[in-house]
Amino acid sequence: MNVKKQFKEGLITNNPVLVQLLGMCSTMAITTTLFNGIGMGISVIIILTCSNIVISLVRKLIPAQIRIACYIVVVAGFVTIVDLLMQAYLPSLSESLGVFIPLIVVNCIILARAEAFASKNSVAASALDGIFQGLGYTLVLIVMCVIRELLGNGTFGGGLLGPDGAGIRILTEGSGALMMILPVGGFLTLGCLIALMQYLLRRHEEKKKEGEKE
Amino acid sequence: MSFTGLVSIALGAILIQNFIFSQFLGICPFMGVSKKMDTALGMGIAVTFVMGIASVFCWLVNTYLLVPLGLGYMQTVAYILVIASLVQFVEMFLKKSIPSLYQALGIYLPLITTNCAVLGVVLLNTQNNYNFLESVVYGVTGGLGFLVAIVLFASVRERLDLTGDSPKSFEGFPIALVSAGLLALAFMGFSGLKVC
Repeated sequence: MNVKKQFKEGLITNNPVLVQLLGMCSTMAITTTLFNGIGMGISVIIILTCSNIVISLVRKLIPAQIRIACYIVVVAGFVTIVDLLMQAYLPSLSESLGVFIPLIVVNCIILARAEAFASKNSVAASALDGIFQGLGYTLVLIVMCVIRELLGNGTFGGGLLGPDGAGIRILTEGSGALMMILPVGGFLTLGCLIALMQYLLRRHEEKKKEGEKE
Repeated sequence: MSFTGLVSIALGAILIQNFIFSQFLGICPFMGVSKKMDTALGMGIAVTFVMGIASVFCWLVNTYLLVPLGLGYMQTVAYILVIASLVQFVEMFLKKSIPSLYQALGIYLPLITTNCAVLGVVLLNTQNNYNFLESVVYGVTGGLGFLVAIVLFASVRERLDLTGDSPKSFEGFPIALVSAGLLALAFMGFSGLKVC
């Protein structure tokens, strides 16, 4: 078990959104304010870690043919728990995330990690994998939120900071491009982020090769 | 329920509140299988089909099972089970009775279980308190909206591959996302469209 390697993979080199290209629906849909992004990120970390643990525990009991159905039921159970808790304690967050909380059930990140990691590894490694992959997802959400909120609304930290939770104003009012908050902005921002990631990974590879030559 | 109400739901699902471009539901299959026109068409038809049937069955399950028993909180679990078994059932049915269609849809059928557009449409049906007819119309037209989007996008991507002079870092996925963004911009033109 290699904690450091798992940490690096989850956050950077095997980031669920930017490299594995999973879970894009929610990444683009809810990243309009920082509060939404953090709320969604934490929910996914909790669900992913719990479901990874449970699936890893029962991995030897599940027949291979119906494993996907079993995974979905486990995940749906945890999603329901988080959904109900959020409705009870954070109703405003639950309202602004809306249908995307129950939709975590079909978030490809969770099923993909269950299939690719938790079904083959020990409980502890699976739990760590859940935390780190969840953190990687949250990191991308936060970056997307900050970019879109700043360009679209001219604020930072909407829902969390500033007067009435409206966020700290950085650009003057009315100077934001509304487009960035609308769906278009989601596609454009994520496209540019993935391009940046591909650029960085390629440069890293090239440097590594050069180092080997010398 | 008036006819115009149904028309406005249909128009909303296909154009104004398109599942892909304005609600972000079903992006994974939308990006994954839009490289070629014919597979995109197959996926679009399969999704429309499943979304229609899923709307019917989930409405029935919700109205006659979950609500009377007071099990509203089990919604998500119940719906995903209904969808998973429906997809399995449709797959077996097609394999036996219409093998040509089964061949054409191939691997896309099982993938539909994890398409968030399908779970999304049934959850939205419940959230909006649609009656039976409205649910079915919303399900089918939502699927049609997905079909329109994926076919349009596949034709854009086919041409994009031919030109092949995008910057190296943007190759493949990022440029596809950016072009999807531009398509979404075009679809924004439909907002404000209303049937009175």
